[in-house]
Amino acid sequence: MRYAYYPGCSLHSTAFEYDLSMRAVLEKLGIEYEELRGWICCGTSPAHCSSKLLGVTLPIKNLAIAEEDGFRQMIVPCASCFSRFKIALHETEENPELKEKVEQVLNYAYQGSVEVRHPLDIFYNEVGLERIRESVSEDLSRMKVVCYYGCLLTRPPKAVNFDQCEYPMTMDNLLRGCGIEVLDWSYKTDCCGAGQALALTNIVVKLSRDILVNAKQVGAEAVAVACPLCHSNLDARQKEIEQTYKLSLNLPIFYFSQLIALAMGVDKNKIGLQGHLVSPFPLLKKIKSTSSSARPSRG
Amino acid sequence: MKAETMEKVLTQETLKSDFTDKIAQESDQNVYLCYQCRKCAAGCPVTYETDYTPFQIIQGVIYGQRELVLNSKMIWLCTTCETCTTRCPQEIDIARVMDAARIIAQREGIKAKYPEVPAFFQTSLQNISWFGRLYEVGLIMMLKLRTKDFTKDVGLGIRMFLNRKLKLTPKPTAFREVRRIFKKIKEIEEAS
Repeated sequence: MRYAYYPGCSLHSTAFEYDLSMRAVLEKLGIEYEELRGWICCGTSPAHCSSKLLGVTLPIKNLAIAEEDGFRQMIVPCASCFSRFKIALHETEENPELKEKVEQVLNYAYQGSVEVRHPLDIFYNEVGLERIRESVSEDLSRMKVVCYYGCLLTRPPKAVNFDQCEYPMTMDNLLRGCGIEVLDWSYKTDCCGAGQALALTNIVVKLSRDILVNAKQVGAEAVAVACPLCHSNLDARQKEIEQTYKLSLNLPIFYFSQLIALAMGVDKNKIGLQGHLVSPFPLLKKIKSTSSSARPSRG
Repeated sequence: MKAETMEKVLTQETLKSDFTDKIAQESDQNVYLCYQCRKCAAGCPVTYETDYTPFQIIQGVIYGQRELVLNSKMIWLCTTCETCTTRCPQEIDIARVMDAARIIAQREGIKAKYPEVPAFFQTSLQNISWFGRLYEVGLIMMLKLRTKDFTKDVGLGIRMFLNRKLKLTPKPTAFREVRRIFKKIKEIEEAS
């Protein structure tokens, strides 16, 4: 099966490392994909907060392109795009009048033949943990990580239908499968402030602080994320959080795909790690030096 | 007042207002289902900063309190995290009610409690309609011109640029089609 790949605006700019590492993992796993031709912005929150029809039409336009090109499945790594696609499908299904208006705008009747999938879902449910484990070549067992899902991967469950909405485990299980030590914590699905980053920055700084402080409290050395907005709030704003609240955090924020890529032996210089504002290299160096020294065998 | 008279006074029919109808139509939700459990208020991440909780916004809609709802901090503070929608035992899609309030407030030109939020929405949409995709550097410049706040996040922007996270030039795609979609939607919305 060949997947359509919808990077969305962020993966071509602020989240280029998510794009690089995602492509690296897809290639390692032998998953065939092709970037959707002529894709456009999904509209994200400015669209659905300003016009219901616009918020639904922009995602459906992209699905219409995928359908015309004969794709049956589309990979959407950005949690915000993923949510907009799922909600647009849900709303047009529930509301025939809205669906009709979308068709009128696009001059195209979308048949619903393309399934929208998040890569976490594909890696866990299609590829499976066994094959993931077999592909692992590097020892990351000295790295303590918490998995942060944020809002939009699991909510609202009636539209996205992905994992348990309050306490998901897909990313935890995948990273455990990669040999990483994944810790339990309380902020898996709490909000980081998301798109308020440019408008109400103080909200983002407060909410992101709560998340990072809990991660630190449970002993995490890094946070794994699956959303470009979460990443930029937790990584790029981390210095501002430290200054505002007089804290020392120094928590590298990884895209989960970067951790999988590292575990699978992808060159660490080829997955955009140098793009992070909180450098992950000291941590990577530390776990390497501890894992090469005498280490009790597992099991 | 006897109980039966009370019931006659407070029914969906007597509470009905133009504002309640508008929100219902825009959000496609039946707010009268709310039985006041306040789970939406308990789960909302921005209640620490708000004037009215999501629960109070729903009640405001039921009682036709147009000014209270549209002038609230809540509708602009909302991060659209969908927690309220997820937890509502009556399955009211509260996040869509918030959307509806923001849509109506913007359409009617109501001065927002946090004007930077609708400014961000409108600037982003303009940006998308020009380039087909969100062009971040352009968006930041446009926002600065609009809000006249030229110093905010400049250091962060430079660091992100140096780390290759911001691209100086846009990569316009299918912008003619996107512009056509925006125009057509405007026509449909103005006609209804």
